[in-house]
Amino acid sequence: MSELRGVIVSHAAVAESLVTAVRAITGITDALVPVSNDGCDYDALEQRLAAVLDRPAVLFIDLPGGSCLTGAVRYAHGRTDIAVVTGVNLAMLLDFVFHRELAPAEAARRAADAGGRAIKVTAA
Amino acid sequence: MSLVLARVDDRLIHGQVVVGWGKTLGIRYIVLVDDKVRASDWEQDLYRMGVPADVDVIFASTAEAGPALAQWQADRRPGILLTADVATMAQLCANGGPIRRVNVGGVHHRPGRSERLRYVYLTDDEAAVLRGIAARGVEVTAQDVPTAPPVPVEDFT
Repeated sequence: MSELRGVIVSHAAVAESLVTAVRAITGITDALVPVSNDGCDYDALEQRLAAVLDRPAVLFIDLPGGSCLTGAVRYAHGRTDIAVVTGVNLAMLLDFVFHRELAPAEAARRAADAGGRAIKVTAA
Repeated sequence: MSLVLARVDDRLIHGQVVVGWGKTLGIRYIVLVDDKVRASDWEQDLYRMGVPADVDVIFASTAEAGPALAQWQADRRPGILLTADVATMAQLCANGGPIRRVNVGGVHHRPGRSERLRYVYLTDDEAAVLRGIAARGVEVTAQDVPTAPPVPVEDFT
């Protein structure tokens, strides 16, 4: 089975910046693709997703509600080759790019756990 | 307070609505008028995910919304009414209904539409429908977020 694709779906340029950061940290250049919702209604966003989804994938969404999530879930609804995670952060992406051999749902759960563990309040 | 915003926005419930307008206006309920969403339980669940727990969401078809407008308008809480397209909003404004102001918040590019504002693309027919709503005495403006200046209908149609 081919390795999973990770697609970051965000407002403005958040997705592009996260992809750049993952590349800078890991040197991995072919794992993640950014998609912005700029200028999109839901049909246009689904077209942008279709253009980059050439294999099983995990969609990483910036917020746990709103247009990016709505467009992504509408696209992925009923499909087992696509999983969706919300609240994307750099930590979950760094975990994901090294575990792309997993099934989409398993990779999504793993990434969500890694992202959640990264959120801490530290001493000043 | 009742319905404080009647908005045309093809993304329906999303960040600009919930955070931008919702926080500014202190909304307590959202009415989403859309025939397709009204018929889809999973899409309704999806739209609810973007809304704080203390804000009610009401899903209505266009046919259901007409008779219910007066009831929503009488609600003492501030609320927002959303449609995805100009035609649905025009139906709600017909026959001298209670909607006195329409906000065009987001109508994106599709074949046949041309850019009127950065966030508003309209066909000539849609532009004419908006002017028709205004001709009935409804104030029609375009404004994506509360901090932006409202643009009068004659300036973008």
